[in-house]
Amino acid sequence: MAEVIPITREEDRPDRCRAVTATGRRCRNRASGPDGLCGVHRRRESPPPDAVEEVLAFLRRRLTGEYDIDAFGFDRELTETVLAPIARFFHERWWRIDWIGMENVPAEGPALLASNHAGTLPWDAIMLKFGVLDGHPAHRHVRLLAADLAFRLPFIGELARKSGNTLATAEDAFRLLEAGELLGVFPEGFKGVGKPFSQRYKLQRFGRGGFIEVALRARCPIVPVSIVGSEEIMPMLANAKTVARVFGFPYFPITPTFPWLGPLGLIPFPTKWTVEFGEPIATADHAEDAWQDPLTVFELTDRVRDEIQQTLYRNLLHRRSVFL
Amino acid sequence: MGQRVLITGISGHLAGRLARTLEQDPEVEYVVGVGLDEPSMDLERTEFVRADIRNPLTVKVLQTTEVDTVVHLHILATPAGVGGRTQMKEINVIGTMQLLGACQRAERVRKVVMKSTTAVYGADPRDPALFTEEMASRSEPRHGYTKDAVEVERYARSFARRRPDVAVTLLRFANFIGPEIETPLTRYFTLPVVPTAMGYDPRLQFVHEDDAVEILRRAVRGDHPGIYNVAGDGVVLLSQALRLMGRPRVPVVLPLVAPMASAVRRLRVVDFATDQLRYLLYGRVADATRMKTRFGFEARFTSKAALLDFARERRMRRLISERQLEDWERDLAAFLRRKNQERFEQAGRR
Repeated sequence: MAEVIPITREEDRPDRCRAVTATGRRCRNRASGPDGLCGVHRRRESPPPDAVEEVLAFLRRRLTGEYDIDAFGFDRELTETVLAPIARFFHERWWRIDWIGMENVPAEGPALLASNHAGTLPWDAIMLKFGVLDGHPAHRHVRLLAADLAFRLPFIGELARKSGNTLATAEDAFRLLEAGELLGVFPEGFKGVGKPFSQRYKLQRFGRGGFIEVALRARCPIVPVSIVGSEEIMPMLANAKTVARVFGFPYFPITPTFPWLGPLGLIPFPTKWTVEFGEPIATADHAEDAWQDPLTVFELTDRVRDEIQQTLYRNLLHRRSVFL
Repeated sequence: MGQRVLITGISGHLAGRLARTLEQDPEVEYVVGVGLDEPSMDLERTEFVRADIRNPLTVKVLQTTEVDTVVHLHILATPAGVGGRTQMKEINVIGTMQLLGACQRAERVRKVVMKSTTAVYGADPRDPALFTEEMASRSEPRHGYTKDAVEVERYARSFARRRPDVAVTLLRFANFIGPEIETPLTRYFTLPVVPTAMGYDPRLQFVHEDDAVEILRRAVRGDHPGIYNVAGDGVVLLSQALRLMGRPRVPVVLPLVAPMASAVRRLRVVDFATDQLRYLLYGRVADATRMKTRFGFEARFTSKAALLDFARERRMRRLISERQLEDWERDLAAFLRRKNQERFEQAGRR
């Protein structure tokens, strides 16, 4: 076997990483530990011995179908192993989300996260889900309630189900809360996510208060969530209503980049986000049948809405710039 | 005096098995099977009466045999074998109408057990994740079996109103599966390559044929009026089901799904109705809590176990066996670890 002759002396310096790169050269990075490896090669050269086996076992389970899903179609393993790392890139790198008040999300038991909704495409929902999964000490899965359109679309519907979300109906919401799950709702619905850019950060009407009703019935706390930064990721300048009607969508956005750049125009802008979880609003001290009282429901809805709106304004004031 | 039971659609698989189980019960005095064709399995003391339930003469059979329990299983899920959709609809709808009409006239009848399907809930993206017995379909069923089942249930309800002294049990079964039973779904699963809709992965739910026979027997022997969803525990995704059985699948883009299904139908490979196509897009899960709590029935097979039992009996083999896969996995892991070690040591030497 031919001996490898070092090309430059500099590469032999003891403070350099001793690993060999894919092209057969010595790594030029500075060694960052007593093992004489740089960070990149430490991870690459000596993965913890189980990592390989874990990946292979995971692949085998997927190939043979030996995994369990719940009645909602939630595939925990797929969500945590495949989807979460992709979403992590977005909330850590793309939107660099600051999470405030994560401790307000209960570590166990049923709770309802109610958030503002914006951004033309529901990226904020995905971020909320995986942000809590990654950032909350209990690594809880937020079960989102989505519109039926999400389940009608190919691929999207499949992924929405597999990551544990379900249709926004009182039956499903109550069932999840009864099972002690953490529920994520966007009471504005399409009115929020598909509102024109000029309306940014103005909370829309909160549906019919159905989500409050469910929380009251399940007697679980409501955590108001305010997301700043999502409004600017795809500014909707106009709505091509005719096109929307043809495709059966609730709106068809015209943004600075879409549809002008084709699919590239769907890439959201890398704005800087702040997500704040407010103090949980307890519902347990209401009467047992308070959920059947429309006025109680209206009052509570207004309170949640107010809380989110105030936090939005406060965090907007503190924002240095949209992108930084 | 023992129970006297009449079973319709005796040539069917479930009906035959139910009759055989009831024959062994000493408390069941008499079993009579009504149908157009002879029973598909050997029955000892079940009397076979060749009769058409669409015929008003059925009332004669009911009266002469003096039965107190009627089990209506002559509800077809597919037009194959009876000569078309029109015939199927006649048997399902007119047949049920006639039979229940006859039951209303027959004074001795105290109990009616009927088979229905969770397909009455439809399959739609607007569906809740789980259907309880009170929920109605979000999509008006327009086709085939589903439409028939909805109408059959309507007759059952109005019959229950008119004869409040009769206990009517309506069992809404999830998809049957098992070693012997033949349904459009089992035939679909046994296709050489299984076409699926690209981008859709429906949630499926199964009930094992043994469990189906057992709950029918308990419905006949016990007293359980009402509507019950019947399904094994748990849910299996279509993609997962195919992987569990080791069936190769080919995803088909949505616009081609319907034409392809009608081609398959025309070739008489699998008889798949439009409502079942929707099931393979959006899936459906029924909540079987009431079956467990009120009926007091626990299915022996989970959905997954039922599916695996089906695959085992049909001798479905994975292209690559699980053991082979595990061997490869071990080899590959060992190889990677060795390679890693070598590279690491090599780097260290230099």
